Amino acid sequence: MAEWEAVIGIETHVELQTKSKMFCGCAVAFGEAPNTNTCPVCLALPGAIPVPNEEAIEGIVKIGTALDSTINKDSLFYRKNYFYPDLPKNYQISQYTFPVCEFGKLDIMVDGEPFTVGITRVHMEEDTGKSRHVGEGGRIHDASHSLLDFNRSGVPLVEVVTEPDIRTAEQARAYGAELQRIVRTLGVSDARLEEGSMRFDANVSVRRGPDAEFGTRTETKNVNSLRSLQRAITFEIDRQIRVLEEGGEIIQETRHWNEGKGVTISMRIKEESEDYRYFQEPDMLPLEIDEEWQQRVKANQPELPAQKRARYVGLGTDTHTAELLADDPALGGLFDEAVGAGADAKQAGIWLTQEVVAYLRREEKTLSATALSAEHVAELATMVAAGDLSSTASKDVLNGVLAGEGTPREIAESRDLIQISDSGFLDTEVDAVIADNAGAFEKLVAGDMKMIGFFVGQVMKRTGGKADPRLVSEMVRTKVQG
Amino acid sequence: MPVDIDIAKVAHLARIDLSAEELAQYGAQLSVILEYAERVSSLPTEGVEPTSHPLPATNAFRPDVVTPSLTNEEALAMAPEAEDGYFRVPRILGEP
Amino acid sequence: MTDLADLSIAEAGRQLRAGDITSIDLWEATVTRIAYTEPHLHAFLTVDRDGARAAAHAADAAFKAGEDAGPLQGIPIALKDNMCTKGLATTASSRMLEGWVPPYDGTAVAKLRAGGAVLVGKTNLDEFAMGSSTENSAFGTSRNPWDTNRVPGGSSGGSAGSVAAGAAMGAFGSDTGGSIRQPAALCGVVGMKPTYGLVSRYGLIAFASSLDQIGPFARSVEDAALLLEGVAGHDIHDATSYRGEYPTFSDGLDLGVKGLRVGIVKELMVDAIDSEIRSASRAMADKLADAGADVVEVSLPSSEYALSAYYLIAPAECSANLARLDGVRYGNRVPADTTDEMMAKTRAAGFGPEVIRRILLGTYALSAGYYDAFYGQAQRVRTLVRQDFAKAYEHTDVLISPTTPTTAFEIGAKTDDPIAMYYSDVCTIPSNLAGDPSISVPVGLDTQGLPIGFQIMAPALGESTLFRAAAEVERLAEFTARPLLAVSKETV
Ligand SMILES: [Mg+2]
Ligand SMILES: [Zn+2]
Repeated sequence: MAEWEAVIGIETHVELQTKSKMFCGCAVAFGEAPNTNTCPVCLALPGAIPVPNEEAIEGIVKIGTALDSTINKDSLFYRKNYFYPDLPKNYQISQYTFPVCEFGKLDIMVDGEPFTVGITRVHMEEDTGKSRHVGEGGRIHDASHSLLDFNRSGVPLVEVVTEPDIRTAEQARAYGAELQRIVRTLGVSDARLEEGSMRFDANVSVRRGPDAEFGTRTETKNVNSLRSLQRAITFEIDRQIRVLEEGGEIIQETRHWNEGKGVTISMRIKEESEDYRYFQEPDMLPLEIDEEWQQRVKANQPELPAQKRARYVGLGTDTHTAELLADDPALGGLFDEAVGAGADAKQAGIWLTQEVVAYLRREEKTLSATALSAEHVAELATMVAAGDLSSTASKDVLNGVLAGEGTPREIAESRDLIQISDSGFLDTEVDAVIADNAGAFEKLVAGDMKMIGFFVGQVMKRTGGKADPRLVSEMVRTKVQG
Repeated sequence: MPVDIDIAKVAHLARIDLSAEELAQYGAQLSVILEYAERVSSLPTEGVEPTSHPLPATNAFRPDVVTPSLTNEEALAMAPEAEDGYFRVPRILGEP
Repeated sequence: MTDLADLSIAEAGRQLRAGDITSIDLWEATVTRIAYTEPHLHAFLTVDRDGARAAAHAADAAFKAGEDAGPLQGIPIALKDNMCTKGLATTASSRMLEGWVPPYDGTAVAKLRAGGAVLVGKTNLDEFAMGSSTENSAFGTSRNPWDTNRVPGGSSGGSAGSVAAGAAMGAFGSDTGGSIRQPAALCGVVGMKPTYGLVSRYGLIAFASSLDQIGPFARSVEDAALLLEGVAGHDIHDATSYRGEYPTFSDGLDLGVKGLRVGIVKELMVDAIDSEIRSASRAMADKLADAGADVVEVSLPSSEYALSAYYLIAPAECSANLARLDGVRYGNRVPADTTDEMMAKTRAAGFGPEVIRRILLGTYALSAGYYDAFYGQAQRVRTLVRQDFAKAYEHTDVLISPTTPTTAFEIGAKTDDPIAMYYSDVCTIPSNLAGDPSISVPVGLDTQGLPIGFQIMAPALGESTLFRAAAEVERLAEFTARPLLAVSKETV
């Protein structure tokens, strides 16, 4: 029998970081006192009606465009009807047929292999309030009562739904990470999983090989980190295979990821399938995102993470450095400026992603809080290329610049780190060392190339460590051939 | 087509707690009304677009501007029960 | 001497500006009338004596200071109790909202306050505006000032009755399927439903969002136009509010109907309409022709199905609109062990039978497997109704018909027969489905001495033409009768 294969689709909810909510003027804010950002609309008082936030629509068009989607010129809002205490209207304004975006895709790399995830749809909706369960352990089932906070009610929410294209937990994680990078790059959301401004639901099923029919799927919710996404899916795949191999059956159900125990847990199975009674939202006019709007968003689209990574590799960085730079807008920005100012891309990339990142971590600082500028990076690179500074010394100088001690040259000079790369002077030094070590030189001439190190070492000793070792090494070789 | 209604299911979907007697009564009334309303199905409507809205316009938006919210006191003044700045409800069973 | 409570808004405005009377005089005349009529009518759920007196004083101070916010400054006006008023109880005649005090004013209310109107109080209605008789109010039935054993119509029965009785100089109601025009007809006053979107719905407790419109009740066509001007206009808080320009409604009232193309709707002149009402409509059509209008018969073939479509669309929308009444954030709550139970018990206890009936009906019509046969089909029929109107307006300027199939009926006569009750709106519903403006003008009394309403309809944003035609109908009808209750103060 064929090997088991997992079939995975992911639904992601992304809260947009607009100033005001989706349908009212209340502020979008995190962590404020309960029920302080509410109004007649987002508390669903009698008589209050919603008016959509233009910036939120702009946000979903940006996301859809970045995901290579078709932006539907005409799209509609619907009411999704279900009763739940954190949903003030007891219907959610969402989209159903005719979402804003459809038929998109996202290209990712997994273990160096390119992989494409189809995007079924991207639609606009609103977030719910939050409930806190009071009593035994704060868990829903043994709570004595619940407390409701509607500050989050009506925050604009974009839902991104993939095709069941994903086959492994690693691919799922890579997809989640790339989507997070994209919305951050677009500046439409901070996409913080731990704060819930980005949330994943994973649909998982397994089947016997790629030609078999899809198995029954489960939906796992409450996944609040990329690592959890990978772990939850891995757990769910293993669980389903085990159940099936033991002759059991997979039940279509919603499961809950328990981070502490590292397991997915069945939530109450609904006795009947949900009947949301969708109908077109009569309080809202249809959306019309015309060609001009679509083109404007496209024209203003920032460089996406994948484009940025490819460009960095093109400039000469390695893949890993490119990823690190692309992931951090501040670092990437400085990198771009430094290269623009003439710095060697490979060298600048290494400094920024290694020395600088280490410094920031150690000092618990942000890049903008340091004195480092693009000109500094370029100057440093020029000094190394010219042989004025050894690559080891460059790291000291860089740390000095970060600490605000001055420009690279100033620091190198004051710390006496400038290398001697005056070839006339070094030539006499090399000759002197050869003269003093004739026996050793003969060995070298006889082909014992290890002896090059000995001569470089001797020159370094004579110059108090200031000679440019690369240059000295070249000179010694020339002498051998001479 | 005789209109046959699972009235208990409908009442549950609408979150209205009705006795068996009330369910039977409403069920019977709904059948009569729906039989009347079903007249709509006798009109041929092939190719007719549904009207869900009388205004022939699109894109009514508000700008992304923050306007004052209610205070916590104003919001909770109307609440049947409140606690620590929150609306208080009995225990919630199940997820949405 | 005329009781000030019986003045028209236009006349009261002239006298206020001439300094002959004060707003306080008008308020006192009105509150005196309320004290006399209210025990018979129960038109009001709340009378805001203090707030109204303060507003009247403010209006007088404004006049004195030479400030004039427009024709409604200093005028006592009543509001249907489904319009949210900050600081003043708003119940929609439902137990569910008994004692609820909104923390905000709806846009129409805010405009009235800004225009210096004296808001007298909140009038009775069928619970959540669902009904045609005001018998569905949780707080008692309102009565018709022409015969207190009869209904004032509904759902805006309290607003219609208060204006007819002189307990307010004008009033506002909401019209989803006829809830302004039908009670206006039954109470012998002018009642008008504007073009959908002309008046903001923000702060109007929603019944069926794609059909609801706020509109005026008045004792003259001119007053109705002035009242509408006081609340119309685009509102950022209502996405469905009309954004374009529109003409001043009260400008062409004396232009007459010479050359106006008038279509009398064949399908609304059938046997199911009371014969006295039909002959009154026919007689008015003849008078319009004599006055120079070009009267022809037109057909709205789909209008037969309009009532059926309406009783699917409106309940479907209401089933969602009323879902927010769940006992969680405001309103009354029936305690229970879990939130789910609490919601279901609260809603069962808080809603009256008609509201429950419509919520169930709408829930069913939207539910999986039935959507297309019911709700979807009703929306397609709505398109056909709109197409019928569009076709009729290719060769007419306005359409005319009776407003109601009967004059005011006795309290209790139709409460056990929902379909008979629903039929009260057969003439008014097509305009709601189309989103078009429509007005009812009283044109006479039947043999029982009960008022007969005459309906005029116009295409969307055709308010100017509508009011122009209505003003001519008003002149031709010479309807000057008043309910005994309004004049009995002098006669008793
Ligand atoms: Mg969703
Ligand atoms: Zn709000």
